[in-house]
Amino acid sequence: MARLRYLQALTKALRDEMTRDSGVFVVGEDVRHALRGVTRGLVDEFGPDRVVDTPISEQAFTGFATGAALAGMRPVVEFQIPALVFVAFEQIVNQAQKFHLMTGGQAVVPVTYLVPGSGARAGLGGQHSDHPYPLFIHMGVKTVLPATAYDAYGLLVSAIRDPDPVMVYAPNVVLGARDEVPDDSYVVELGKGRVHQEGSDLTIVAVGHLVHDALALADQLGDECSIEVFDPRSLHPFDWELLAQSVAKTGRLVVYDDSNRSCGLAAEILATAAEEMDLRFPPKRVTRADVPVPFSSGIEQTVLPSRTRLEAAVRDVLSVEVPR
Amino acid sequence: MGPTREQLYRTIRTIRRFEERVVELVNQNKIAGVTHEYIGQEAVATGVCAALRPDDVITSTHRGHGHVIAKGADIRAMMAELFGRETGLNRGRGGSMHIADLSLGIYGANGIVAAGAPFAAGAAWAALRAGTDQVAVAFFGDGGVNQGVLHETMNMAVLWGLPVVFVCENNGYAITLPSAESTAGSIVGRASAYGMPARSEDGMGVDLVLAAAQDAIDHARAGKGPAFLEFRTYRYSGHHTAEATMGLSYRTSEEIDSWRTRDPVELAGSRIEAAREAIDAEVEALLDDAVAFADAGPWPEPEGARDYMYASGLLARDGVV
Repeated sequence: MARLRYLQALTKALRDEMTRDSGVFVVGEDVRHALRGVTRGLVDEFGPDRVVDTPISEQAFTGFATGAALAGMRPVVEFQIPALVFVAFEQIVNQAQKFHLMTGGQAVVPVTYLVPGSGARAGLGGQHSDHPYPLFIHMGVKTVLPATAYDAYGLLVSAIRDPDPVMVYAPNVVLGARDEVPDDSYVVELGKGRVHQEGSDLTIVAVGHLVHDALALADQLGDECSIEVFDPRSLHPFDWELLAQSVAKTGRLVVYDDSNRSCGLAAEILATAAEEMDLRFPPKRVTRADVPVPFSSGIEQTVLPSRTRLEAAVRDVLSVEVPR
Repeated sequence: MGPTREQLYRTIRTIRRFEERVVELVNQNKIAGVTHEYIGQEAVATGVCAALRPDDVITSTHRGHGHVIAKGADIRAMMAELFGRETGLNRGRGGSMHIADLSLGIYGANGIVAAGAPFAAGAAWAALRAGTDQVAVAFFGDGGVNQGVLHETMNMAVLWGLPVVFVCENNGYAITLPSAESTAGSIVGRASAYGMPARSEDGMGVDLVLAAAQDAIDHARAGKGPAFLEFRTYRYSGHHTAEATMGLSYRTSEEIDSWRTRDPVELAGSRIEAAREAIDAEVEALLDDAVAFADAGPWPEPEGARDYMYASGLLARDGVV
């Protein structure tokens, strides 16, 4: 057991899987020099044939990974910035993701798409700050968004071993966070949520890095109310069953999500809760505003979900006293 | 030893008659939607695939039936796929534009122009890593040469010395837009600029296609990196089955007739007079059997509509709870 940073946990997961399976390799931009940090040291260990630097050609290297996967390999594609997945969108959702079904089960495409440093990073402006995971979930792509180093390791290992395309988002703001990570390899199963803190009055579904905010708020409000903090970890498949148990207990729900509001992940969670769960009080969601992240530090934070807004939403939901 | 003239004619004839039967079946609503017929281009798929080994890989296009037949797919299972039956190559989940047989290295027809090209590069790279000498062929048309993903792939293939052969079937039109209005410069000039050998050849006679393809495939198999071939060819039918009813006028009948004087079926058939009749009869029997097989196949069960979404067995959510 060691206390590793989130980023180090990702590196360890890659190293362990590349050691275990010679078909696993990393492909992307500047991965030999580990510009994003995830592949640090790997080229020395595994050589340039397994840590493959590409030209700036996101469509081609994404499709290249599909072809290598069809031929039996397990590529990990690193996208240096989250917006690059827009460039590769066709190759991910219309090609790799659809091939298993369209070929009647013949084709297996075990590709992992890794997006380290996802979400907003202060001062990078409109095209480097999105967190577009709902787009891919909408199109059926398995998606995970770990909040801790422990889960980052276990989910990346699961993603690499999974027979389907899986997107792994590693939010920028938690890359430095430390957590206990076992020395021996382990997996965190796709589709398994985690209750970080039990509570009885209200459930917060917090996504990715926002889990830490939600836990801090639950702690801050500990004298006033009992908040349960639910971390889905895996956004698709989603652990609806575990969330339903939580909502059945609390009856109140706030979703705290770093995607845009319209057709975002929070919208999907609220809709599913309304249709399928024992939701007894009107819920709320705290999301991004439906705009690109503006550059100026004076306004950047105002469009992102914040703990202040979360607290207001929690108080709102708690203020309704009569169950419906 | 290369294929015989009879074998080459048999493949060309099979593709031609398969496509003509498909048009009839689409018009009878036996096959849903539209298909993109390969009629007129048969010598290209036949010649290129005759130079490939069974373990080599191809990526195909929306106009893919010819490639898939020439690479050796089962005609009955192909026809059943177009009929949408469980007995189809893709269990009825793909149809004309997604027809594939991974066991034969056929990485699928594709509904997006040139989108399959990078798969060929990935497969070629996997072959290099595994130490096999397999080759991957990426088929695309003159429309495909204006897709960025193809150029990105050619660049990577040359940089990494991948055993890929890029095969451009220039049939003169990107749907209705003439090649001269869609492509600046020359197609082989673009390929040459990446630093790989590139040739433009006539694509109507199968011997020339086979010879050029053999050279390019040998080059790639020998570890000398990718090669590029442009074959000048022509489609006698419309962009797709429904075009016949649309009254389009982007080509003249004189132009179509001029290409018909060098019909690949006639060019390949006229030189094997003795055997031709027997091969034609054999092909007809094969297609009769394929259509009967397809028509008799079971439809996929409605409860199986979400099958094969995930290889892990995860079941996708349904549209209502």
